[in-house]
Amino acid sequence: MNMARAEAPSLRRYVERAPAEQFLFDRASHTRVADLARATSLGGGLAALAGRSVLLATSSQLASALALIELDGIARRITILPPDVDRVHVGALLTDAECDAAVIDDARNAASFDLPIRIARAPNIVSIEQAPTVSVRTEWVLLTSGTTGVPKMVVHSLAGLTAAISVSTDSQVVWGTFYDIRRYGGLQIFLRAVLGGASLVLSSAGEPVAEHLLRLARHGITHLSGTPSHWRRALMSPEISKISPRYVRLSGEIADQTILDSLRAAFPQASIGHAYAATEAGVGFAVNDGAAGFPVEYLEGIRDGVEMKVVDGSLRVRSPGTASRYVGAGRAPLLDADGFVDTGDMVERRGDRYFFIGRKGGIINIGGLKVHPEEVEAVINQHPRVRMSLVRAKRSPVTGAIVIADVVLKSAAGPSRGEPDVKDEILELCRGALPRHKVPATISFVPALAVAATGKLARRG
Amino acid sequence: MSIKLTIMEQMAQVAREQGRTLAPLRDDLALLDSGLDSLGIAVLVARLEDRLGTDPFTSADDVQFPVTVGDFVKAYEHGAR
Repeated sequence: MNMARAEAPSLRRYVERAPAEQFLFDRASHTRVADLARATSLGGGLAALAGRSVLLATSSQLASALALIELDGIARRITILPPDVDRVHVGALLTDAECDAAVIDDARNAASFDLPIRIARAPNIVSIEQAPTVSVRTEWVLLTSGTTGVPKMVVHSLAGLTAAISVSTDSQVVWGTFYDIRRYGGLQIFLRAVLGGASLVLSSAGEPVAEHLLRLARHGITHLSGTPSHWRRALMSPEISKISPRYVRLSGEIADQTILDSLRAAFPQASIGHAYAATEAGVGFAVNDGAAGFPVEYLEGIRDGVEMKVVDGSLRVRSPGTASRYVGAGRAPLLDADGFVDTGDMVERRGDRYFFIGRKGGIINIGGLKVHPEEVEAVINQHPRVRMSLVRAKRSPVTGAIVIADVVLKSAAGPSRGEPDVKDEILELCRGALPRHKVPATISFVPALAVAATGKLARRG
Repeated sequence: MSIKLTIMEQMAQVAREQGRTLAPLRDDLALLDSGLDSLGIAVLVARLEDRLGTDPFTSADDVQFPVTVGDFVKAYEHGAR
């Protein structure tokens, strides 16, 4: 092995020493990671992608996973297109990211991308005589998960993306995730698996939760990650009893005490951690004491390379894992003058912990008084019959807006009380814990709440 | 149940929840003197939309928000017609 290649930080380096029992699985197929050291999933196309700005637009997560491993260190830039991005934005994204090639796995999509090179993923990986020479530090471009307008594109490096990952190779670990790996939260899990020599079980588009859980069980997953909304949905499925992870990880949304306690009850032996990470800010921290919020000491000094501060109630993060900039013209700088990212996640100090209370832009204004939907949801979710809830604004002729709530109940176990009683109890709970203007005016019971492809509760703009 | 009765019942309910005492309700009583404050009235309007299927103040373009209890009830009765 020549020295230059050994020094280049690339995913290929990890593949070259991958354990033989490390696989990437999806519903339809699987790939042995080590095989990628001398094989390609890109047909004859890998060489043509060297030095290019490549749009990764496959329909399957596994195809994206393989292409990421192959293209890191080869392509100049990889822009990862999540499956749920509105097609009307793709043209603007391609232009801003200066894409001059695309990787797709479905010929029907070819017409969507007006690019000179299109390499369809071969159905099977094929041997190559010599591994390509890693020659560049590839820019990884991730899309933010904002719900309105053209998504922002955020530039990361492999070094930054993996800054929070301490590599201890353990091929006994099998990761699973409810996330899509083409978003920041899922990508973290993908990289954790690849760097750690662990197998990874990917979800497939449209796969029912029950089937996904059974598949996770079949592969014997030991580490499983998702948003609180993913977990609440999984807890509604009887198949949850089939899996026994020893590490349960939550991120991407506020982990309230109720979901942490529910997971503790479901997995008494597991270590349960909630992590804070965001596409722009990178990984902030993980909390492993089973309690919601994070200790105030986390704001003191530098912890694992990460510094945090609170400005006007909003958390700011500076670390080697933060993105460097946005791609495209007309974007405000990603970092403030001191190199911190303003996450827009609002926190509130209570005693010796900080708690996340909502998004800066998600505030409901009730006749001049402010409400974060998430703080009301956290109270509603404390009711033992409640599985999940969505608090939103409703127009009011009197106060401009009022708070209303949609609630999903746990399936009735034992003698079930009437819904009106539960409604009154939830309101009573809210009145006891919240100021008057934050108490929902009405509560509707709904069979389910929409969870976006990002794994977050779908909030209407 | 008549629309008026539903409104009276919901007013009493909201007042109870908000720990307020409802004044004896007459048609010419100013809504804001009923014992409910503006937040209470906002909650009342939302509850009535659930019960009666209409919010006559938000759905129409040029409706003046009623000043008296009588006008408030009339707006719903008018909307129901």
